[in-house]
Amino acid sequence: MSELIVIEPGRRERHYWLDLWRYRELFRVLAWRDLSVRYKQTVIGMLWALIRPFMTMVIFTIVFGRIAQLPTVGTAPYPLMVFAGILPWTFFSNGLSEASFSLINSANLISKIYFPRLIVPTATVVVALVDFLVSFCMLLLLMAWYQFMPDWRILVLPAFVLLAFCASVGPALWMTALNVKYRDFRYIIPFIVQFGLYISPVGFSSSVVPEQWRLLYSLNPIVGVIDGFRWCILGGQSELYAPGLVISIAVTAFFLWFGIHQFRKMEKSFADLV
Amino acid sequence: MSDAIITVENLSKRYLIGHTFGSDGVYSYTALRDILGREVRNFARKAVDLLRGRQVVQGDEVEEFWALKDICLEIKRGEAVGIIGRNGAGKTTLLKVLSRITEPTGGRVLLRGRVASLLEVGTGFHPELTGRENIFLNGAILGMTQREIRKKFDEIVAFAGVQRFLDTPVKRYSSGMYVRLAFAVAAHLEPEVLIVDEVLAVGDAEFQKKCLGKMGEVAQGGRTVVFVSHNMAAMKSLTTRGIVLDAGRAVFSGTTEQAIQHYTQLLSRPIVGKPRERSKGKHTAIRDVRLLAKGDHEPTTQYVPGEPLILEVTIDTDGTGGMSLELFLTDASRTRLGFASTYSFHGQTLPEKEGSYRAIIKLDPLLLAAGRYAFDVATSEPSANHWDHRVESAVEFEVQFSNALGYPWDFKQSYGFGCLTLLCRPGAEFVRLGPASNSSGRGHSIADRYHELSPS
Repeated sequence: MSELIVIEPGRRERHYWLDLWRYRELFRVLAWRDLSVRYKQTVIGMLWALIRPFMTMVIFTIVFGRIAQLPTVGTAPYPLMVFAGILPWTFFSNGLSEASFSLINSANLISKIYFPRLIVPTATVVVALVDFLVSFCMLLLLMAWYQFMPDWRILVLPAFVLLAFCASVGPALWMTALNVKYRDFRYIIPFIVQFGLYISPVGFSSSVVPEQWRLLYSLNPIVGVIDGFRWCILGGQSELYAPGLVISIAVTAFFLWFGIHQFRKMEKSFADLV
Repeated sequence: MSDAIITVENLSKRYLIGHTFGSDGVYSYTALRDILGREVRNFARKAVDLLRGRQVVQGDEVEEFWALKDICLEIKRGEAVGIIGRNGAGKTTLLKVLSRITEPTGGRVLLRGRVASLLEVGTGFHPELTGRENIFLNGAILGMTQREIRKKFDEIVAFAGVQRFLDTPVKRYSSGMYVRLAFAVAAHLEPEVLIVDEVLAVGDAEFQKKCLGKMGEVAQGGRTVVFVSHNMAAMKSLTTRGIVLDAGRAVFSGTTEQAIQHYTQLLSRPIVGKPRERSKGKHTAIRDVRLLAKGDHEPTTQYVPGEPLILEVTIDTDGTGGMSLELFLTDASRTRLGFASTYSFHGQTLPEKEGSYRAIIKLDPLLLAAGRYAFDVATSEPSANHWDHRVESAVEFEVQFSNALGYPWDFKQSYGFGCLTLLCRPGAEFVRLGPASNSSGRGHSIADRYHELSPS
């Protein structure tokens, strides 16, 4: 094997994606490491992935459903609707905030070893995905409790999980790269996550947003993801707002491209900056 | 098609470094107005950097620093090359560029093979994971596939000697075990080019020997090795060619022997640098330090081993009590060799009356190897546990020739055997215990003893 590698300033590697594929083993190992370390020395371990969204659901049901008296979708129970929103939101926010710090946390790795840096934040998002799958069991329990039967639409759910994944990876990569260079983002990211929780339809249904604003509202890619989740999980109770979904997918695709682009632009200087 | 596996052309690497006024004590008494003005200027500069997407540098003043400048070299397939140079000469930066960790500022590098770099042992070890898990983790980080690791797993464990602790989290390991395990994984890498930074300076002597042996195997197995170390003995036994770096430039390339010679000459050349700033401590200031000749007490830069070593230190004090004067002897690579303290060893403190003083310090004769040395001189408050004023390389001197007892062998620092001649007078005494192959009887061999101690 005498493949030629050229190291030059500003040169994008031709073999980048091939390299990424070659390092898939490292990707798997890093994801496995993050997973196995995640709940070490905690008492209830993986249960945290169930308890956190459950508590959020209880609070949102009380605040939005009871106190603010917001309508649910169709005849679906309010807690179930909230939970169908919390699932993708928790996945997105965990993915974003943990990926943003992943490179800084593995500074020792980055300054000593070469590998496509894209692996580290992406592996973190995969860990968030595993948490998501665990929380999904909670949803199944809730559905059993309310004796709510999903229909064929639930089969489309994997497509929306993929959309949620892309929606988290794009901004996460951009934030990760910025966070390495400008540590201001250490303070900005928690704020974005907190703020996002209220501008996304997590605790309420997006149908409460006035019709003329819905298109604009869909610029938030999470809106499309959450609406999609509700459409799949709650069966015919929640209708899908097609133009909004298209916009959300477009914004997600743009951010994915933009995130990877920005990340790769800064990638080579990470070792000097971190 | 040449058989060069690594070609480096005009390689340069620039870093931006920031300076802060006031941290060196020179500008430390500034008015609040000045500080505010400075903060505003810094903020403006950082904001501009952010908008242009440039790196943010801490400090008041940004300076360029060339860690590598126009380096050209070629390394052939199967060659074992050593890179030597003073601290800060750019060795590690070069290795980092070669291993694609950081991008160069100019020039280019052509690599024709799979490169594995070992800039540190135990990169990515996670303290919460067990030894077994860390072998797989570290192996994957170094570029091994899971199948490769599984195949070599037993070998790695045996090399590290940690069989009993495989399922213990490495945070409970002793530091020796940790390092052994880490090196064991790295030693079983099989790339075409192996890049190794000073990683052998870990573990006990026994383990170091084992590591050197393993490295030698790699080099003889026809693979290319690029090796950085301050250990000249290791350099000599492992590499065939040497490259000397100085201040970011490749100044010499030739056989290891010649390169080490060149490096030694480089060390004995006076270090050209900025004239020493007139810094001072809170209570004291070391003004001048000189080495004096034995007879006439004239300043000198030469020391003859076996004679008393006389230092003259000029020092200002404000009369604070309990201050100690301390000396550190360092070798050419800035490794500390010895320590002297007026207070800790002799109960003596600086005069408690304000003024400028001259102290003559006479050290017992030292049998130093030929080479370059320096003294770091410091004043300290033993009660406060910190230096008041410290001057690095306050005085430098040289030992031209070292033959402690008149034998015709010049013992040099650069040999890598250390800096002190250890004399045994009249020599070793040999007492015959019996035939060499006979392990029974009174004389236990080391292997026997080891067997008795080991658990199984």
